[in-house]
Amino acid sequence: MDLLGFIIILVKVLVVFAATMITVMGMIYAERRVSAFMQGRLGPNRVGPKGLLQPIADGIKFFMKEDLIPSGADKPIFILAPAILLIPALMTFAVIPFGSSITIFGREIALQVADVNVGILYILALTSIGVYGIVLAGWSSNSKYSLLGGLRSSAQLISYELAMGLAVVSIILLAGSLRLNDIIADQQGYFLSWNVFKQPLAFIIFLVAVYAETNRLPFDLTEAEQELVGGYHTEYSSLKFAMFFLAEYANMITAAALTVTLFFGGWDVPLLDESSLGLLGAILSVLSFILKMAFFLFLFIWVRWTFPRFRYDQLMRLGWKVLLPLALVNIFLTGGYLTLTAMK
Amino acid sequence: MFTSIFFYFLASIAIASAIFVVLNRNAVYSAIALVLCFFSLAVIYLLLEAYVIAVLEVFIYAGAIMVLFLFVIMLLNLGLEDAFPYFRHLQRALSLFMVGLFFVGIFLIMFNEQGILHQPGEKFSAGDIYALGEALFSKYLLPFEVASLLLLVALIGTVYLAKRKI
Amino acid sequence: MATIIKSYEPTFWDKLYFPALLKGLMVTIKHFFRQKVTIQYPDERHIPPDGYRGLHRLNKYPDERIKCVACEMCAAACPSNCISIIPGPSPWDDGKERYPVRFDINLLRCIYCGFCEMACPEGAIELTEIYDFSNYSRDDLVIDKDGLLGVYELTKKQNYYTKKSHSPASLPFKTERT
Repeated sequence: MDLLGFIIILVKVLVVFAATMITVMGMIYAERRVSAFMQGRLGPNRVGPKGLLQPIADGIKFFMKEDLIPSGADKPIFILAPAILLIPALMTFAVIPFGSSITIFGREIALQVADVNVGILYILALTSIGVYGIVLAGWSSNSKYSLLGGLRSSAQLISYELAMGLAVVSIILLAGSLRLNDIIADQQGYFLSWNVFKQPLAFIIFLVAVYAETNRLPFDLTEAEQELVGGYHTEYSSLKFAMFFLAEYANMITAAALTVTLFFGGWDVPLLDESSLGLLGAILSVLSFILKMAFFLFLFIWVRWTFPRFRYDQLMRLGWKVLLPLALVNIFLTGGYLTLTAMK
Repeated sequence: MFTSIFFYFLASIAIASAIFVVLNRNAVYSAIALVLCFFSLAVIYLLLEAYVIAVLEVFIYAGAIMVLFLFVIMLLNLGLEDAFPYFRHLQRALSLFMVGLFFVGIFLIMFNEQGILHQPGEKFSAGDIYALGEALFSKYLLPFEVASLLLLVALIGTVYLAKRKI
Repeated sequence: MATIIKSYEPTFWDKLYFPALLKGLMVTIKHFFRQKVTIQYPDERHIPPDGYRGLHRLNKYPDERIKCVACEMCAAACPSNCISIIPGPSPWDDGKERYPVRFDINLLRCIYCGFCEMACPEGAIELTEIYDFSNYSRDDLVIDKDGLLGVYELTKKQNYYTKKSHSPASLPFKTERT
């Protein structure tokens, strides 16, 4: 690998990391503002213009707080757990293409950190690693609330991962590849070539599963305040708690980006050929990606402040008895359709 | 050069964590060490350019199976494990015998058919999922189906054991 | 008589759940764009409706004579005994013989029932719409005649709270920390 290529990759990593962090801050602000607006309140509007510096104030608060470790806690694991959760959450974004390609210094640069040819599997694998953080945090805290939160979350994540994976399989069948770039290329063109329209059922299953995977309401049983105080992070404070917080929002961002990539054509601008426009096309594609992602991030908040929480048995029933069979049926239908069209 | 250094680094992590799994008396620590072992194995697969296997290793073993293991360990709330008083000598003898057998097998392969251990298979070398699928559904169809049947049997057995009234 | 509640059998449409979910989402998004009810207090102030019972005042005639004749009807009517009056001979020559030399109201005891207002034969004591008269010491919350007359001066022409965003004039008694 030459030096320039190395520098380009480094820059891409930094840009993506910084963008994720900034989006997390934006999400923390948006969550509070949007929830306030939906409840007829104003929300935080004192720190900085329109309260935009509120996340920074929150961050400083986290820095200043005392870092407590419960006396009965399993210390090494207690310290390790937030990192185990945060690292995969930040790693996932690496394979998501956030734009078409730009040409600088005579070389084409794909707007994606790493073009892995098993991209979708990579994402699924990393999201499944995040469970360890939650489970270990729950176990090592030596608190019944944390333990219950951790157990609930692992059970929930495993059951919904299945439905999510199967919903993605039908997309893979259509695109014929595990690479995210191929999946996006498969959706280019008109609006109607987006996978939402080709695979509405898979989209609904995927969306529901994503909410469960990111532990968001209506599936936030892992941190159900009314029953479990704070869930798996009950005993955490200061920066360790901030890491959990960060991981949760980073997961949401990845989930939104993944939804856009798989079902809404990724960076595809409808009715436009990005590659013919050069740099402008690349900028447009990034903008379109950001816009679509912003909508899904908003949807996360929107849904959170609309629906009540599921009961635990309802959650399990929905996952195993509704979403899983539906996803299987969807795979069979897609496979059948593809076989029929291939026969002609 | 770089690759082989990296390989030995990863291999030593894998072996160290595997030893830790066996020797540690805290079940949760053992489980975590096993996950670490899976991870280093996955990276070794990456070095062999077998991307699919690497990701599946993380996805299925580390991501799904070990979580369930951990789940069970935590639910049982095992303290430090007490050495099983009965069968102790028999157990030791048996495990030593099995380990010895395994090593004999490894050495036989290493010295008799030299070179096959470090060679990535040409078919999977690009991490090609098409090749994998083709191999599973044509050449190795029977073992594949038998394995799936085995899993089905296990599944039905579990349901039967868990639910007395069906 | 027993009420018969018909159980509602969900139709297929209901069982899909998604129509209902969308309906819920529509409700929240409507609230998102709606006027917010928050009043950002020190910058904005709530304007109380007419008839609000807040801080008291003592009324005057246009010729500066205090309407109060120190009959102590208000003190008698007061359920919380917060009014204390010391009467004296009136310095004005208008047929009314008494006037209050001292007129103290303990705002901490007062329950803002408005009975004093109703009991007053002269229409001298009234409750205004002023609600934010918090203070730093208990002593400063016992306001005397001058304070009550000052409140009258403050509120006789116009409402104390004119506009939501307008910050009102300072109160005619001590409100600083000592």
